[in-house]
Amino acid sequence: MSNGPLQIKAISGHAGPVPGRNTSRDYDVCKLVDVTTCIGCKACEVACVEWNGYPFRETTFDNTYQTMPDTEWNYYNLIRFNEHVDQDGTLSWLMRKDQCMHCADPGCLLACPADSAIVQYTNGIVDFQQEFCIGCQYCVTGCPFNIPKFNPGTKKVHKCTLCSDRVGVGLEPACIKACPTGCLHFGTKDDMKELADGRARQLREHTSHKNAGVYDPQGVGGTHVLYVLHDATNPELYGGLPRNPKIPLMVRIWKGPLKWLGSFAITAGIVTAIMHFIRYGPKLTKEETTERK
Amino acid sequence: MSGATYVEPVPAGQIRRYTFHERVCHWASAFVYTYCLATGLAFYTPHLFWIAVLLGGAPTSRFWHPILGVMFFLVSLWMHSIWRKDMIIGSAADRGWIENIKYYVTNQDERLPPQGRFNPGQKSYYWAMFYGSVFLLLSGLVMWFPEIVPFHLAWIRRVAILIHEAAALITIGAFIVHVYMAVFLMPQGILGMLVGYAPKAWAREHHRLWYDEVTKGESGNT
Repeated sequence: MSNGPLQIKAISGHAGPVPGRNTSRDYDVCKLVDVTTCIGCKACEVACVEWNGYPFRETTFDNTYQTMPDTEWNYYNLIRFNEHVDQDGTLSWLMRKDQCMHCADPGCLLACPADSAIVQYTNGIVDFQQEFCIGCQYCVTGCPFNIPKFNPGTKKVHKCTLCSDRVGVGLEPACIKACPTGCLHFGTKDDMKELADGRARQLREHTSHKNAGVYDPQGVGGTHVLYVLHDATNPELYGGLPRNPKIPLMVRIWKGPLKWLGSFAITAGIVTAIMHFIRYGPKLTKEETTERK
Repeated sequence: MSGATYVEPVPAGQIRRYTFHERVCHWASAFVYTYCLATGLAFYTPHLFWIAVLLGGAPTSRFWHPILGVMFFLVSLWMHSIWRKDMIIGSAADRGWIENIKYYVTNQDERLPPQGRFNPGQKSYYWAMFYGSVFLLLSGLVMWFPEIVPFHLAWIRRVAILIHEAAALITIGAFIVHVYMAVFLMPQGILGMLVGYAPKAWAREHHRLWYDEVTKGESGNT
Protein backbone atom coordinates (compact mmCIF):
# COMPACT_ATOMS: atom_id res chain seq x y z
CA MET A 1 0.00 0.00 0.00
CA SER A 2 1.53 3.30 -0.99
CA ASN A 3 0.60 6.70 0.23
CA GLY A 4 -0.09 7.69 -3.38
CA PRO A 5 -3.69 8.92 -3.02
CA LEU A 6 -2.75 11.29 -0.18
CA GLN A 7 0.35 12.65 -1.86
CA ILE A 8 0.08 16.36 -2.62
CA LYS A 9 -0.32 17.09 -6.30
CA ALA A 10 -0.87 20.85 -6.33
CA ILE A 11 -0.97 23.62 -3.75
CA SER A 12 -2.88 26.87 -4.13
CA GLY A 13 -0.95 30.15 -3.91
CA HIS A 14 2.30 28.31 -3.50
CA ALA A 15 5.54 29.63 -4.96
CA GLY A 16 7.97 27.06 -6.20
CA PRO A 17 7.65 23.32 -6.75
CA VAL A 18 5.27 21.10 -4.84
CA PRO A 19 7.25 19.50 -2.03
CA GLY A 20 7.52 15.75 -1.94
CA ARG A 21 6.35 15.25 -5.48
CA ASN A 22 7.02 11.82 -7.00
CA THR A 23 8.37 10.49 -3.75
CA SER A 24 6.93 7.25 -2.55
CA ARG A 25 7.25 5.22 0.55
CA ASP A 26 6.12 1.68 1.16
CA TYR A 27 3.67 1.33 3.97
CA ASP A 28 4.41 -2.17 5.17
CA VAL A 29 2.89 -2.13 8.62
CA CYS A 30 4.84 -3.69 11.42
CA LYS A 31 4.52 -4.39 15.10
CA LEU A 32 7.60 -4.12 17.27
CA VAL A 33 7.73 -6.04 20.54
CA ASP A 34 10.61 -4.99 22.76
CA VAL A 35 10.59 -7.94 25.15
CA THR A 36 13.21 -6.21 27.33
CA THR A 37 10.64 -3.67 28.53
CA CYS A 38 7.65 -6.03 28.79
CA ILE A 39 6.43 -6.32 32.39
CA GLY A 40 3.98 -9.16 31.73
CA CYS A 41 0.91 -7.14 32.67
CA LYS A 42 -1.20 -8.84 29.97
CA ALA A 43 -3.03 -5.64 29.08
CA CYS A 44 -2.45 -6.61 25.43
CA GLU A 45 -4.14 -9.97 26.03
CA VAL A 46 -7.21 -8.28 27.45
CA ALA A 47 -7.30 -5.59 24.78
CA CYS A 48 -7.12 -8.28 22.07
CA VAL A 49 -9.96 -10.33 23.52
CA GLU A 50 -12.01 -7.19 24.07
CA TRP A 51 -11.53 -5.75 20.59
CA ASN A 52 -12.26 -9.07 18.90
CA GLY A 53 -15.40 -9.49 21.01
CA TYR A 54 -14.61 -12.84 22.59
CA PRO A 55 -15.52 -13.84 26.13
CA PHE A 56 -12.51 -14.30 28.38
CA ARG A 57 -11.48 -17.95 28.26
CA GLU A 58 -11.01 -20.15 31.25
CA THR A 59 -7.38 -19.90 32.32
CA THR A 60 -5.02 -22.76 33.09
CA PHE A 61 -2.71 -22.60 36.09
CA ASP A 62 0.56 -24.44 35.57
CA ASN A 63 2.72 -22.79 38.24
CA THR A 64 3.62 -19.86 36.03
CA TYR A 65 2.08 -16.49 35.36
CA GLN A 66 1.11 -17.58 31.85
CA THR A 67 -2.63 -17.34 31.22
CA MET A 68 -2.87 -20.66 29.36
CA PRO A 69 -0.48 -23.10 27.69
CA ASP A 70 -1.02 -21.87 24.16
CA THR A 71 -2.85 -19.32 22.07
CA GLU A 72 -6.39 -20.40 21.22
CA TRP A 73 -8.87 -19.79 18.44
CA ASN A 74 -10.45 -16.96 20.47
CA TYR A 75 -7.25 -15.94 22.28
CA TYR A 76 -4.85 -14.66 19.65
CA ASN A 77 -2.35 -13.02 21.93
CA LEU A 78 -0.50 -14.64 24.82
CA ILE A 79 2.42 -13.53 26.97
CA ARG A 80 4.76 -16.48 27.39
CA PHE A 81 6.58 -16.51 30.73
CA ASN A 82 9.89 -18.34 30.89
CA GLU A 83 12.40 -18.51 33.71
CA HIS A 84 15.97 -18.85 32.55
CA VAL A 85 19.08 -19.30 34.68
CA ASP A 86 22.13 -17.86 33.01
CA GLN A 87 25.57 -19.50 33.08
CA ASP A 88 26.64 -17.10 35.85
CA GLY A 89 23.63 -18.10 37.96
CA THR A 90 21.51 -15.02 37.43
CA LEU A 91 17.84 -15.59 36.88
CA SER A 92 16.06 -13.88 34.03
CA TRP A 93 12.33 -13.83 33.74
CA LEU A 94 11.62 -13.73 30.04
CA MET A 95 8.24 -12.54 28.81
CA ARG A 96 7.33 -12.67 25.16
CA LYS A 97 4.11 -11.57 23.53
CA ASP A 98 3.24 -14.47 21.24
CA GLN A 99 0.91 -13.94 18.27
CA CYS A 100 0.86 -14.33 14.50
CA MET A 101 4.12 -13.09 13.01
CA HIS A 102 2.56 -12.05 9.68
CA CYS A 103 5.33 -13.66 7.59
CA ALA A 104 6.22 -12.12 4.25
CA ASP A 105 6.26 -15.72 2.94
CA PRO A 106 3.32 -17.25 4.85
CA GLY A 107 3.24 -21.04 5.19
CA CYS A 108 -0.46 -20.99 6.09
CA LEU A 109 -1.33 -19.29 2.82
CA LEU A 110 0.76 -21.72 0.78
CA ALA A 111 -0.86 -24.74 2.46
CA CYS A 112 -4.48 -23.50 2.27
CA PRO A 113 -6.61 -25.21 -0.43
CA ALA A 114 -9.69 -22.97 -0.08
CA ASP A 115 -10.17 -20.14 -2.54
CA SER A 116 -9.81 -16.79 -0.70
CA ALA A 117 -9.70 -18.22 2.82
CA ILE A 118 -6.32 -16.59 3.48
CA VAL A 119 -5.27 -13.24 2.03
CA GLN A 120 -2.06 -11.30 2.30
CA TYR A 121 -2.44 -7.56 1.97
CA THR A 122 0.24 -5.42 0.37
CA ASN A 123 0.80 -3.82 3.77
CA GLY A 124 1.99 -7.21 5.01
CA ILE A 125 -1.02 -8.32 7.04
CA VAL A 126 -1.91 -12.00 6.57
CA ASP A 127 -5.59 -12.39 7.33
CA PHE A 128 -7.97 -15.36 7.56
CA GLN A 129 -11.43 -14.96 6.06
CA GLN A 130 -13.54 -17.42 8.00
CA GLU A 131 -16.46 -17.28 5.55
CA PHE A 132 -14.26 -19.06 2.98
CA CYS A 133 -12.50 -21.37 5.46
CA ILE A 134 -13.36 -25.06 4.98
CA GLY A 135 -11.86 -26.22 8.27
CA CYS A 136 -9.21 -28.55 6.81
CA GLN A 137 -6.47 -27.18 9.12
CA TYR A 138 -3.79 -27.38 6.41
CA CYS A 139 -2.71 -23.91 7.63
CA VAL A 140 -1.97 -25.47 11.04
CA THR A 141 0.44 -27.80 9.27
CA GLY A 142 1.94 -25.06 7.11
CA CYS A 143 2.69 -22.59 9.93
CA PRO A 144 6.21 -22.74 11.43
CA PHE A 145 5.07 -20.78 14.52
CA ASN A 146 2.08 -22.92 15.62
CA ILE A 147 -0.32 -19.99 15.35
CA PRO A 148 -3.58 -20.94 13.53
CA LYS A 149 -6.09 -22.49 15.93
CA PHE A 150 -9.21 -24.48 15.10
CA ASN A 151 -12.64 -23.78 16.52
CA PRO A 152 -14.25 -27.23 16.68
CA GLY A 153 -17.71 -25.69 17.04
CA THR A 154 -17.75 -23.68 13.83
CA LYS A 155 -15.00 -25.71 12.10
CA LYS A 156 -13.14 -22.51 11.20
CA VAL A 157 -9.55 -21.54 11.92
CA HIS A 158 -8.68 -18.24 13.59
CA LYS A 159 -5.56 -16.24 14.40
CA CYS A 160 -4.33 -12.70 15.06
CA THR A 161 -5.47 -10.35 12.28
CA LEU A 162 -2.95 -7.66 13.24
CA CYS A 163 -6.23 -5.79 13.77
CA SER A 164 -6.68 -5.42 10.01
CA ASP A 165 -10.08 -3.88 10.77
CA ARG A 166 -8.42 -1.15 12.86
CA VAL A 167 -5.35 -0.67 10.68
CA GLY A 168 -7.59 -0.29 7.64
CA VAL A 169 -9.11 2.84 9.14
CA GLY A 170 -5.85 4.30 10.36
CA LEU A 171 -5.80 3.00 13.92
CA GLU A 172 -3.06 1.01 15.61
CA PRO A 173 -3.76 -2.59 16.70
CA ALA A 174 -5.62 -2.99 20.01
CA CYS A 175 -2.63 -4.55 21.80
CA ILE A 176 -0.43 -1.57 20.92
CA LYS A 177 -2.99 0.86 22.32
CA ALA A 178 -3.16 -1.03 25.62
CA CYS A 179 0.56 -1.39 26.34
CA PRO A 180 1.51 0.74 29.37
CA THR A 181 5.30 0.49 29.13
CA GLY A 182 5.86 1.41 25.52
CA CYS A 183 7.27 -2.01 24.82
CA LEU A 184 4.89 -2.29 21.86
CA HIS A 185 5.31 -0.06 18.84
CA PHE A 186 3.48 0.09 15.55
CA GLY A 187 4.47 1.73 12.29
CA THR A 188 6.06 1.01 8.96
CA LYS A 189 8.44 -1.89 8.70
CA ASP A 190 11.33 0.44 7.89
CA ASP A 191 10.65 2.62 10.91
CA MET A 192 10.19 -0.31 13.26
CA LYS A 193 13.33 -1.95 11.99
CA GLU A 194 15.27 1.24 12.64
CA LEU A 195 13.78 1.60 16.11
CA ALA A 196 14.51 -2.04 16.89
CA ASP A 197 18.10 -1.83 15.67
CA GLY A 198 18.65 1.29 17.77
CA ARG A 199 17.24 -0.34 20.88
CA ALA A 200 19.32 -3.50 20.35
CA ARG A 201 22.45 -1.37 19.91
CA GLN A 202 21.62 0.52 23.09
CA LEU A 203 21.25 -2.78 24.97
CA ARG A 204 24.55 -4.09 23.64
CA GLU A 205 26.46 -0.91 24.39
CA HIS A 206 24.95 0.17 27.69
CA THR A 207 23.81 -3.03 29.43
CA SER A 208 25.17 -6.50 30.05
CA HIS A 209 23.02 -7.93 27.23
CA LYS A 210 25.87 -8.23 24.76
CA ASN A 211 23.91 -10.61 22.54
CA ALA A 212 20.89 -8.34 22.23
CA GLY A 213 19.44 -8.26 18.75
CA VAL A 214 16.40 -8.08 16.51
CA TYR A 215 14.34 -11.11 15.51
CA ASP A 216 13.21 -10.76 11.90
CA PRO A 217 13.61 -14.30 10.51
CA GLN A 218 14.62 -14.31 6.86
CA GLY A 219 13.63 -17.94 6.35
CA VAL A 220 10.02 -16.77 6.01
CA GLY A 221 10.99 -13.62 4.12
CA GLY A 222 11.00 -11.49 7.26
CA THR A 223 8.01 -10.92 9.50
CA HIS A 224 5.67 -8.03 10.18
CA VAL A 225 6.15 -8.54 13.89
CA LEU A 226 9.68 -7.82 15.15
CA TYR A 227 11.15 -8.75 18.51
CA VAL A 228 14.00 -7.10 20.34
CA LEU A 229 15.54 -9.91 22.40
CA HIS A 230 18.11 -9.66 25.22
CA ASP A 231 19.75 -12.70 23.70
CA ALA A 232 19.06 -12.94 20.00
CA THR A 233 21.37 -15.94 19.72
CA ASN A 234 18.94 -18.07 21.75
CA PRO A 235 15.40 -17.29 20.60
CA GLU A 236 14.25 -20.71 21.84
CA LEU A 237 14.50 -19.42 25.43
CA TYR A 238 11.48 -17.19 24.79
CA GLY A 239 8.83 -19.87 24.89
CA GLY A 240 10.16 -21.78 21.91
CA LEU A 241 10.62 -19.04 19.33
CA PRO A 242 12.12 -20.98 16.38
CA ARG A 243 15.70 -20.09 15.56
CA ASN A 244 15.30 -20.32 11.81
CA PRO A 245 11.63 -20.72 10.91
CA LYS A 246 10.91 -21.78 7.34
CA ILE A 247 7.94 -23.09 5.44
CA PRO A 248 8.43 -26.83 6.05
CA LEU A 249 10.13 -28.66 3.17
CA MET A 250 7.34 -31.27 3.21
CA VAL A 251 4.79 -28.52 2.63
CA ARG A 252 6.86 -27.13 -0.25
CA ILE A 253 7.10 -30.59 -1.87
CA TRP A 254 3.39 -31.17 -1.31
CA LYS A 255 2.36 -27.85 -2.80
CA GLY A 256 5.05 -27.84 -5.49
CA PRO A 257 6.44 -30.88 -7.35
CA LEU A 258 3.93 -33.39 -5.98
CA LYS A 259 1.00 -31.31 -7.18
CA TRP A 260 2.41 -30.82 -10.68
CA LEU A 261 3.63 -34.41 -11.05
CA GLY A 262 0.34 -35.80 -9.73
CA SER A 263 -1.79 -33.63 -11.99
CA PHE A 264 0.38 -34.62 -14.94
CA ALA A 265 0.19 -38.31 -14.06
CA ILE A 266 -3.60 -38.27 -13.71
CA THR A 267 -4.00 -36.47 -17.03
CA ALA A 268 -1.50 -38.80 -18.72
CA GLY A 269 -3.33 -41.83 -17.32
CA ILE A 270 -6.65 -40.72 -18.76
CA VAL A 271 -5.09 -39.82 -22.12
CA THR A 272 -3.31 -43.19 -22.24
CA ALA A 273 -6.59 -45.03 -21.60
CA ILE A 274 -8.31 -43.13 -24.41
CA MET A 275 -5.37 -43.75 -26.79
CA HIS A 276 -5.37 -47.44 -25.89
CA PHE A 277 -9.04 -47.71 -26.74
CA ILE A 278 -8.54 -45.93 -30.06
CA ARG A 279 -5.58 -48.17 -30.93
CA TYR A 280 -6.82 -51.59 -29.70
CA GLY A 281 -10.54 -51.18 -29.17
CA PRO A 282 -12.68 -53.27 -26.83
CA LYS A 283 -11.91 -56.85 -25.86
CA LEU A 284 -14.65 -58.75 -27.65
CA THR A 285 -15.48 -62.31 -26.76
CA LYS A 286 -14.01 -64.07 -29.77
CA GLU A 287 -15.27 -67.51 -28.83
CA GLU A 288 -18.89 -66.38 -29.07
CA THR A 289 -18.78 -66.02 -32.84
CA THR A 290 -17.20 -69.43 -33.43
CA GLU A 291 -19.06 -71.30 -30.71
CA ARG A 292 -20.88 -74.44 -31.75
CA LYS A 293 -24.52 -74.18 -30.89
CA MET B 1 -38.63 -67.84 3.07
CA SER B 2 -39.18 -70.53 5.71
CA GLY B 3 -35.46 -70.84 6.36
CA ALA B 4 -34.61 -71.87 2.82
CA THR B 5 -31.63 -70.15 1.25
CA TYR B 6 -32.59 -67.90 -1.62
CA VAL B 7 -30.64 -68.84 -4.71
CA GLU B 8 -30.35 -66.11 -7.31
CA PRO B 9 -31.42 -67.38 -10.73
CA VAL B 10 -28.93 -67.32 -13.57
CA PRO B 11 -30.34 -66.96 -17.13
CA ALA B 12 -29.55 -69.58 -19.75
CA GLY B 13 -26.08 -69.35 -21.25
CA GLN B 14 -24.85 -67.28 -18.29
CA ILE B 15 -22.75 -68.17 -15.29
CA ARG B 16 -22.79 -66.84 -11.72
CA ARG B 17 -19.93 -64.34 -11.55
CA TYR B 18 -20.50 -62.38 -8.32
CA THR B 19 -22.85 -63.08 -5.43
CA PHE B 20 -25.24 -60.45 -4.12
CA HIS B 21 -22.98 -60.03 -1.09
CA GLU B 22 -19.95 -59.36 -3.29
CA ARG B 23 -21.83 -56.88 -5.44
CA VAL B 24 -23.12 -54.89 -2.47
CA CYS B 25 -19.63 -54.73 -1.02
CA HIS B 26 -18.14 -53.65 -4.34
CA TRP B 27 -20.65 -50.87 -4.93
CA ALA B 28 -20.43 -49.64 -1.35
CA SER B 29 -16.69 -49.39 -1.82
CA ALA B 30 -17.15 -47.72 -5.22
CA PHE B 31 -19.47 -45.08 -3.76
CA VAL B 32 -17.34 -44.08 -0.77
CA TYR B 33 -14.12 -44.19 -2.79
CA THR B 34 -15.52 -42.05 -5.59
CA TYR B 35 -16.82 -39.48 -3.11
CA CYS B 36 -13.43 -39.30 -1.38
CA LEU B 37 -11.73 -39.12 -4.77
CA ALA B 38 -13.87 -36.22 -5.98
CA THR B 39 -13.65 -34.19 -2.78
CA GLY B 40 -9.98 -35.08 -2.33
CA LEU B 41 -9.17 -33.77 -5.81
CA ALA B 42 -10.96 -30.54 -4.88
CA PHE B 43 -8.62 -30.08 -1.91
CA TYR B 44 -5.65 -31.22 -4.00
CA THR B 45 -5.58 -28.45 -6.57
CA PRO B 46 -7.37 -25.09 -6.91
CA HIS B 47 -8.20 -26.01 -10.52
CA LEU B 48 -10.54 -28.72 -9.26
CA PHE B 49 -11.93 -26.82 -6.26
CA TRP B 50 -15.21 -26.47 -8.20
CA ILE B 51 -15.90 -30.16 -7.55
CA ALA B 52 -16.36 -29.36 -3.85
CA VAL B 53 -18.70 -26.52 -4.77
CA LEU B 54 -20.78 -28.91 -6.91
CA LEU B 55 -20.93 -31.41 -4.07
CA GLY B 56 -22.57 -28.99 -1.67
CA GLY B 57 -19.78 -26.59 -0.81
CA ALA B 58 -16.21 -27.06 0.36
CA PRO B 59 -16.98 -27.05 4.12
CA THR B 60 -19.57 -29.81 3.54
CA SER B 61 -17.09 -31.75 1.43
CA ARG B 62 -14.46 -31.33 4.12
CA PHE B 63 -16.94 -32.54 6.73
CA TRP B 64 -17.85 -35.76 4.90
CA HIS B 65 -14.49 -36.61 3.29
CA PRO B 66 -12.90 -38.06 6.46
CA ILE B 67 -16.10 -39.82 7.53
CA LEU B 68 -16.52 -41.55 4.17
CA GLY B 69 -12.79 -42.15 4.20
CA VAL B 70 -13.11 -44.20 7.38
CA MET B 71 -16.05 -45.99 5.76
CA PHE B 72 -13.85 -46.78 2.75
CA PHE B 73 -11.37 -48.44 5.08
CA LEU B 74 -14.13 -50.42 6.81
CA VAL B 75 -15.55 -51.53 3.47
CA SER B 76 -12.03 -52.55 2.43
CA LEU B 77 -11.84 -54.79 5.49
CA TRP B 78 -15.24 -56.23 4.59
CA MET B 79 -14.07 -56.86 1.02
CA HIS B 80 -10.89 -58.39 2.39
CA SER B 81 -12.98 -60.91 4.32
CA ILE B 82 -14.70 -61.92 1.08
CA TRP B 83 -11.92 -61.88 -1.51
CA ARG B 84 -8.69 -62.29 0.44
CA LYS B 85 -8.11 -65.86 -0.78
CA ASP B 86 -9.17 -65.17 -4.37
CA MET B 87 -6.64 -62.35 -4.60
CA ILE B 88 -3.45 -64.20 -3.65
CA ILE B 89 -0.88 -63.76 -6.44
CA GLY B 90 1.66 -66.45 -7.18
CA SER B 91 0.11 -69.38 -9.03
CA ALA B 92 1.59 -70.70 -12.27
CA ALA B 93 -1.30 -69.07 -14.15
CA ASP B 94 -0.41 -65.72 -12.53
CA ARG B 95 3.23 -66.01 -13.49
CA GLY B 96 2.36 -66.97 -17.06
CA TRP B 97 0.02 -63.99 -17.32
CA ILE B 98 2.58 -61.53 -15.95
CA GLU B 99 5.26 -62.81 -18.36
CA ASN B 100 2.90 -62.38 -21.29
CA ILE B 101 1.27 -59.14 -20.18
CA LYS B 102 2.00 -57.59 -23.58
CA TYR B 103 -0.64 -59.86 -25.15
CA TYR B 104 -3.13 -58.66 -22.56
CA VAL B 105 -2.38 -55.02 -23.29
CA THR B 106 -2.64 -55.56 -27.04
CA ASN B 107 -5.92 -57.54 -26.81
CA GLN B 108 -4.44 -60.88 -27.87
CA ASP B 109 -5.95 -62.62 -24.88
CA GLU B 110 -6.01 -66.00 -26.64
CA ARG B 111 -2.20 -66.11 -26.35
CA LEU B 112 -2.38 -65.90 -22.52
CA PRO B 113 -2.40 -68.94 -20.25
CA PRO B 114 -5.85 -69.86 -18.81
CA GLN B 115 -6.76 -67.77 -15.77
CA GLY B 116 -8.53 -68.38 -12.48
CA ARG B 117 -11.36 -66.26 -11.12
CA PHE B 118 -9.21 -63.13 -11.22
CA ASN B 119 -6.14 -62.43 -13.31
CA PRO B 120 -3.00 -60.87 -11.75
CA GLY B 121 -4.01 -57.45 -13.08
CA GLN B 122 -7.27 -57.57 -11.15
CA LYS B 123 -5.46 -58.93 -8.11
CA SER B 124 -2.87 -56.14 -8.25
CA TYR B 125 -5.67 -53.59 -8.38
CA TYR B 126 -7.23 -55.19 -5.33
CA TRP B 127 -3.98 -54.96 -3.33
CA ALA B 128 -3.30 -51.39 -4.47
CA MET B 129 -6.71 -50.34 -3.14
CA PHE B 130 -6.46 -52.45 0.02
CA TYR B 131 -3.05 -51.17 1.10
CA GLY B 132 -4.01 -47.73 -0.20
CA SER B 133 -6.95 -47.69 2.19
CA VAL B 134 -4.67 -48.60 5.11
CA PHE B 135 -2.16 -45.82 4.37
CA LEU B 136 -4.93 -43.33 3.62
CA LEU B 137 -6.62 -44.14 6.93
CA LEU B 138 -3.47 -43.79 9.06
CA SER B 139 -2.30 -40.57 7.41
CA GLY B 140 -5.86 -39.28 7.20
CA LEU B 141 -6.44 -39.62 10.94
CA VAL B 142 -3.43 -37.37 11.59
CA MET B 143 -4.79 -34.83 9.09
CA TRP B 144 -8.28 -35.04 10.60
CA PHE B 145 -7.04 -34.34 14.14
CA PRO B 146 -3.74 -32.46 13.73
CA GLU B 147 -3.95 -31.23 17.33
CA ILE B 148 -3.31 -34.76 18.64
CA VAL B 149 0.26 -34.37 17.35
CA PRO B 150 2.16 -31.93 19.61
CA PHE B 151 3.84 -29.04 17.84
CA HIS B 152 7.38 -30.27 18.44
CA LEU B 153 6.40 -33.39 16.47
CA ALA B 154 4.79 -31.33 13.71
CA TRP B 155 6.90 -33.18 11.11
CA ILE B 156 4.50 -36.12 11.63
CA ARG B 157 1.62 -33.98 10.34
CA ARG B 158 3.68 -32.91 7.35
CA VAL B 159 4.79 -36.44 6.50
CA ALA B 160 1.19 -37.62 6.91
CA ILE B 161 0.01 -35.18 4.25
CA LEU B 162 2.68 -36.40 1.81
CA ILE B 163 1.79 -40.05 2.50
CA HIS B 164 -1.92 -39.30 2.10
CA GLU B 165 -1.31 -37.59 -1.20
CA ALA B 166 1.10 -40.21 -2.57
CA ALA B 167 -1.22 -43.08 -1.55
CA ALA B 168 -4.18 -41.27 -3.08
CA LEU B 169 -2.31 -40.76 -6.36
CA ILE B 170 -1.43 -44.47 -6.52
CA THR B 171 -5.07 -45.46 -5.99
CA ILE B 172 -6.16 -42.88 -8.57
CA GLY B 173 -3.82 -44.40 -11.15
CA ALA B 174 -5.18 -47.86 -10.39
CA PHE B 175 -8.74 -46.54 -10.40
CA ILE B 176 -8.33 -45.01 -13.87
CA VAL B 177 -7.19 -48.40 -15.23
CA HIS B 178 -9.99 -50.20 -13.36
CA VAL B 179 -12.79 -47.97 -14.65
CA TYR B 180 -11.37 -47.90 -18.18
CA MET B 181 -11.12 -51.68 -18.34
CA ALA B 182 -14.43 -52.51 -16.72
CA VAL B 183 -16.53 -49.88 -18.48
CA PHE B 184 -14.92 -49.29 -21.87
CA LEU B 185 -12.38 -51.99 -22.71
CA MET B 186 -14.57 -54.88 -21.56
CA PRO B 187 -18.11 -53.71 -20.70
CA GLN B 188 -18.81 -57.25 -19.56
CA GLY B 189 -16.89 -56.29 -16.45
CA ILE B 190 -19.28 -53.66 -15.11
CA LEU B 191 -22.31 -55.63 -16.33
CA GLY B 192 -21.19 -58.68 -14.41
CA MET B 193 -20.71 -56.59 -11.30
CA LEU B 194 -24.19 -55.10 -11.70
CA VAL B 195 -26.27 -58.21 -12.42
CA GLY B 196 -23.95 -60.83 -10.97
CA TYR B 197 -23.73 -63.17 -13.95
CA ALA B 198 -21.72 -63.27 -17.18
CA PRO B 199 -21.92 -65.16 -20.51
CA LYS B 200 -20.36 -68.60 -20.35
CA ALA B 201 -18.39 -67.94 -23.53
CA TRP B 202 -16.84 -64.86 -21.94
CA ALA B 203 -15.99 -66.75 -18.76
CA ARG B 204 -14.38 -69.57 -20.79
CA GLU B 205 -12.27 -67.11 -22.70
CA HIS B 206 -11.05 -64.92 -19.85
CA HIS B 207 -11.24 -67.11 -16.74
CA ARG B 208 -10.92 -70.64 -18.07
CA LEU B 209 -9.56 -72.28 -14.90
CA TRP B 210 -12.30 -70.74 -12.79
CA TYR B 211 -14.95 -71.68 -15.36
CA ASP B 212 -13.83 -75.30 -15.44
CA GLU B 213 -13.75 -75.37 -11.64
CA VAL B 214 -17.29 -74.04 -11.11
CA THR B 215 -18.86 -76.04 -13.93
CA LYS B 216 -17.23 -79.31 -12.86
CA GLY B 217 -19.91 -81.97 -12.70
CA GLU B 218 -22.32 -80.08 -14.89
CA SER B 219 -23.08 -81.74 -18.20
CA GLY B 220 -23.56 -80.40 -21.69
CA ASN B 221 -21.49 -77.29 -21.23
CA THR B 222 -18.38 -78.03 -23.20
